[in-house]
Amino acid sequence: MAKHTLIALVEDKPGVLNRVSSLFRRRGFNIESIAVGHTETPGVSRMTIVVDGTTVSVEQVRKQLDKLINVVKVTDITDDSLLSRELALVKVRSTPGTRGEIIEIVDIYRSKIVDVSADSVVVEITGDEEKLGSLLRLLKDYGIREIARTGRVAMSRGSAGPVPGEEQAHARGKRVRKAAEPEA
Amino acid sequence: MKLNGAQILCESLIKEGVDVMFGIPGGVLLPFYDNLPGYPQIHHILCRHEQGAAHAAEGYARATGRVGVCMATSGPGATNLITGVASAYLDSVPMVAITGQVARPFIGKDAFQEIDITGITLPITKHNYQVMSAAEMAGMVKEAFHIAGTGRRGPVLIDVPSDVLVEEAEFRYPDKVSLTGYKPTLRGHPAQVKRAAKMISDSKQPLIIAGRGVIVSSGCAELKELAEKCQIPVVSTLLGLGGFPGTHPLFLGMLGMHGSAHCNYAVNAADLIIAIGMRFDDRATARVSGFAPNAQVIHIDIDPAEIGKNIKVDVPIVGEVKNVLKALNAEMEPQNHGAWLYRIEEWQRECPPLQIRETSDLLPQYVLNQIYEVTRGDAIVVTGVGQNQMWAALYYKYDRPNTFISSGGLGPMGFELPAAMGAQVGRPGDAVWCIAGDGGFQMTLQELATIVQEKLPVKIAILNNGFLGMVRQWQELFYGKRYVATPLSGPDFVKLAGAYGIAAERVNDRALVTGAIQNAMSHSGPYLIDFQIEPEENVLPIVKKGEIISEMILDKPREGVKAK
Repeated sequence: MAKHTLIALVEDKPGVLNRVSSLFRRRGFNIESIAVGHTETPGVSRMTIVVDGTTVSVEQVRKQLDKLINVVKVTDITDDSLLSRELALVKVRSTPGTRGEIIEIVDIYRSKIVDVSADSVVVEITGDEEKLGSLLRLLKDYGIREIARTGRVAMSRGSAGPVPGEEQAHARGKRVRKAAEPEA
Repeated sequence: MKLNGAQILCESLIKEGVDVMFGIPGGVLLPFYDNLPGYPQIHHILCRHEQGAAHAAEGYARATGRVGVCMATSGPGATNLITGVASAYLDSVPMVAITGQVARPFIGKDAFQEIDITGITLPITKHNYQVMSAAEMAGMVKEAFHIAGTGRRGPVLIDVPSDVLVEEAEFRYPDKVSLTGYKPTLRGHPAQVKRAAKMISDSKQPLIIAGRGVIVSSGCAELKELAEKCQIPVVSTLLGLGGFPGTHPLFLGMLGMHGSAHCNYAVNAADLIIAIGMRFDDRATARVSGFAPNAQVIHIDIDPAEIGKNIKVDVPIVGEVKNVLKALNAEMEPQNHGAWLYRIEEWQRECPPLQIRETSDLLPQYVLNQIYEVTRGDAIVVTGVGQNQMWAALYYKYDRPNTFISSGGLGPMGFELPAAMGAQVGRPGDAVWCIAGDGGFQMTLQELATIVQEKLPVKIAILNNGFLGMVRQWQELFYGKRYVATPLSGPDFVKLAGAYGIAAERVNDRALVTGAIQNAMSHSGPYLIDFQIEPEENVLPIVKKGEIISEMILDKPREGVKAK
């Protein structure tokens, strides 16, 4: 079992998120995070989905996803050289005594304070899960009141990433080739 | 040309070549039905239950290869369709199911007879649509038929709010669909075909497992060519029956849970499995670990997601079976596997398949065998689910595609009668035999009225054993013969048929079986025969629970079992 990052390019239509998430449930997968947004192509949305599973089982769910009519293309980019980011807003308890320390930590992480009140500050941080995790561990001691995370968005480095709207020669995820079926 | 939504729906159905549909009207569909008489090209068959309408559309599609169409109103009408939609999904049957929906302003308000049918059918349709304006109707119908009838076939549901049916829009039927996310791979990759050809040439004990994909893709001739050219024996899955001639010397029979012994032994001993248009269902493979332990596997299927799903595959070829086999045949040189075929013959001598023991008892196997003899193997056989299904699969030989019609994946009891009705509608010139159990028949027998209203000459054979037979068999074999909730009473089926105006007779003597079947065949209308069969007859062989395919309880004459 390992974490897999899937990129799904989907048609921007009502119910598509439901179709995708329902398929994961149906095939027995627990989605760790899912982030959806528009892409450079109008009418196409991009989903970054993080799931836990063996390579074989994730490949099966990837192929099932690919069969959904509204799904244009699905790629498992886990093994690629990845750019992976997540944004979190963290509301931390603060007193006049601790505020300075918190600001110092926040600076080290190149994150920022986006709101201050009498007894709390809100920290905004962007980074990979490791960076977020390590900041959250440090902030824990001050008392975390609330966390909002976006879930991972990811992209392969270089030019190898999925390009929406390309013809069907590329319309299947490259994992298909790994299943010993070279593409036409 | 401005038309209302109902007219656009009718026009679109006609453009798709629909001349028959199975349905039941309801409040929200009134605008559709009100417009229907303007389109006499579409024959609407009024069913007695929406499940019947869905199974009838399935039966029609399975018998003709065309897209079956059914219709139901919102709420309960739509939910009643579901069993048939699910059955079509699991068996890759092309179907378009149209449901009425409450008017757009009421959607999401829990209005009378409102149900989220697109949500409910999400996991059991290939795709579904909710038509939110008359302007998008034609495009959605076009896409629905395209999706249902291409690639791996399947059901598509279209949900139509009632006010969309009266809304006006410009009608122009699109000539083509543009679906960026739907491009089935139709041709096998040439390099994979070459690898497969090499593997077949190198193999000493190859075995073809033929599935429904052969029939769906019209690849029967190509399969026959491959088998004959390379002298490869063929076993069939349940739904593959008819894809390869049942009387062909290279045809071994059905594999799996109730497969014939020599077929299952052949799977176990093969050094190469060529799986064609099948999905390694657990009823075909029995225990997956230990399935065909000595074999490499070539898997030809149109659905890439089936590759490697249940069985590890050495050479996958994604594509339409017919195209792939054509390419493969071009690569193959004639071969001979005399020793292998001889070995299989020996198993066949040791465990002779399809024996019908000599007895005065009325055996279901004998009934099926006699239906085969009287119809000269020329009928379309539509089965229920359970023992009747297995006997019909085993004791009738299917030489042509689309002549064995059965719900294999979902296995809904009650499939037989409405599906037989649909098959008869699609193939009016053929004899259609509905093989029912007394349990399943009681689930959908209301369609007898539809059969009479439509003057469909369906022949119905009830294998009446007073039990939910297959469950009883499992209780006998695996649950210490504790018959819980399986003994079953029923009506007097002959009187029941009479009440519907259907000719019928009861048979409780082996000597009268053939005559009754002849009576049915010479009768011009529908005919029902209530065969009072041996109550505790079992379907054998059966693979032992949790075991690999070659571990069977064999078909031996039973002792100590006698009718009550």
